[in-house]
Amino acid sequence: MSILHTVNKSPFEKNNLESCLRYAKLGSAVLLIEDGIYAALKDTRFEKEVATAMKDVSFYCLEPDLKARGFSAAKIIDGIKMVDYAGFVDLTIKYDKVQAWL
Amino acid sequence: MKFVIQVNEGPYQHQTADSAYQFTRAALVRGHEVLRVFFYHDGVNNGTRLASPPQDDRNVAKRWSALATEHDIDLVVCVAAAQRRGILDESEMKRLGKDAHNLAPGFRISGLGQLIEGVVFSDRLVVFGD
Repeated sequence: MSILHTVNKSPFEKNNLESCLRYAKLGSAVLLIEDGIYAALKDTRFEKEVATAMKDVSFYCLEPDLKARGFSAAKIIDGIKMVDYAGFVDLTIKYDKVQAWL
Repeated sequence: MKFVIQVNEGPYQHQTADSAYQFTRAALVRGHEVLRVFFYHDGVNNGTRLASPPQDDRNVAKRWSALATEHDIDLVVCVAAAQRRGILDESEMKRLGKDAHNLAPGFRISGLGQLIEGVVFSDRLVVFGD
């Protein structure tokens, strides 16, 4: 069973991304939304952790939330895919279940 | 696909009410069905018709009401969470002996059973919260 994990908090503020990555299994995905997008940025102390997790888990970032915080796709760790809300909907269907890490 | 959306946080706090609304709209545009939006915890504050945000700001409760009317979505407010926070419809007002009610059009007050039933009869539950 594949799971789409949504993370909506900055890793600089809360540890729900870390908790999520402890449970995310091979073939599942993480979607960064709201303040969660800060984990997608290059050159932060979380980049290595995200890059390591990306060997097993697909990473997506909600582009409207990224843009709302003043960032562009160019600032994002290579390999993280951008989605809009329609793409978010599609991901919830692609994966069997959706787990929000609040 | 059939969706149930759960909203755990009030409007104008962080982004939950907006994310949930945007997701719900996108799902409908994609041709999916949203059976129910279940408002739990502080999320029940999405359902007060007395909220009066500035004219140039979004009106969260009105926005939900309009979406529900247009797409026949069941907007359910958790009764226990609502009572704690002063969200009442007319019958709850009478039952509790209060002098006013404030539930926005298109919303109804019910219990957690409605969340469980929604999950049983839908394909995906998507939760938004703080």
